[in-house]
Amino acid sequence: MKAEAYEERILELEGWTVRLARYKSGELYRARVESVDPGATLARATGASAAEAEARAIEDARRRLTRSRRQQV
Amino acid sequence: MAEYAHPEVLVSTDWVAQHRQDPNVRLVEVDVDTAAYEEGHIPGAIAWAWNTQLCDTVRRDILSKEQFEELMRQSGVSNDTTLVLYGDNNNWFAAWAFWQAKIYGHRDVRLMNGGRKKWLAEGRELSFEVPSVPRTDYRASEPDLSLRAFLDEVRQAMEKGSATLVDVRSPAEFTGEILAPPGLPETCQRGGHIPGARNIPWGKACNEDGTFKSADELRELYASEGIDGSKPVIAYCRIGERSSHTWFVLRYLLGLDNVKNYDGSWTEWGNLVGAPVERGAARAAS
Repeated sequence: MKAEAYEERILELEGWTVRLARYKSGELYRARVESVDPGATLARATGASAAEAEARAIEDARRRLTRSRRQQV
Repeated sequence: MAEYAHPEVLVSTDWVAQHRQDPNVRLVEVDVDTAAYEEGHIPGAIAWAWNTQLCDTVRRDILSKEQFEELMRQSGVSNDTTLVLYGDNNNWFAAWAFWQAKIYGHRDVRLMNGGRKKWLAEGRELSFEVPSVPRTDYRASEPDLSLRAFLDEVRQAMEKGSATLVDVRSPAEFTGEILAPPGLPETCQRGGHIPGARNIPWGKACNEDGTFKSADELRELYASEGIDGSKPVIAYCRIGERSSHTWFVLRYLLGLDNVKNYDGSWTEWGNLVGAPVERGAARAAS
């Protein structure tokens, strides 16, 4: 089995810049959302299609990002 | 173009594809997201979980010598094994494992340049199978603590300028705008940085495909912040894994002799009662 259809794109979610990466392994698509800076993984999900996996990962990432606070510097 | 100071510590994805079945090579995936391995990994690779297998799970510390020996033994690693590490997030925790392997004297340890992301992007072979490996009689060396900085040394560096402090977190963490990477739990009481630290985010050392930048680009990046090997360096981040990535770059790719990783990092300093904290952007390099 090989990794297939690897793709990355940059999105804005809840005011934060994130990178969405997805690929297919076996029967499933796997999507992952990470912050662009510093690059920590926020959410990942699987789906029967790329769109399904991506939508699930994005939804979970949004939920986590709403809890992040910015401080006054 | 100049070569890395120690090119032998990096292997390419091609090299791994060709050598993954060599009996003297042990391939280990070390991810930030410890479930990533189960989504498919390089055939023949085993996995180490950073949060249970690469630290003491009771007190906050790296592995003891005995714990490290046991990990190597159960992972089928002998003292003469070529240990090849790779992982997600451009090898954050693979570098953390590399750092501990060097502390305990493992001679031949290498990182797969580009990590898990490059392997996936190249459409390479994946497996769900967890290989069984033969137990060994690994013997670790006494810890080389010249690779590790503790709080007192960091405090001295801040007060006396005995070492350059390099904060490798994102600019927003450095200034104090955020207390943790977006979406992750806040693990400190205060935001900001150790007074006098330079801010050189770890990711500046990487290309888009996850590989390390060239030796010339890396030298220019760090020299522009006053890091040229003329003074000891202490790298830190939030919990010590991103700074082990920078420690690897400075020590092995640029060949600086005196570089330490402060794994206590901001989670220690930012929780200390009475510790000085600077907020906002870095002062100009002197």
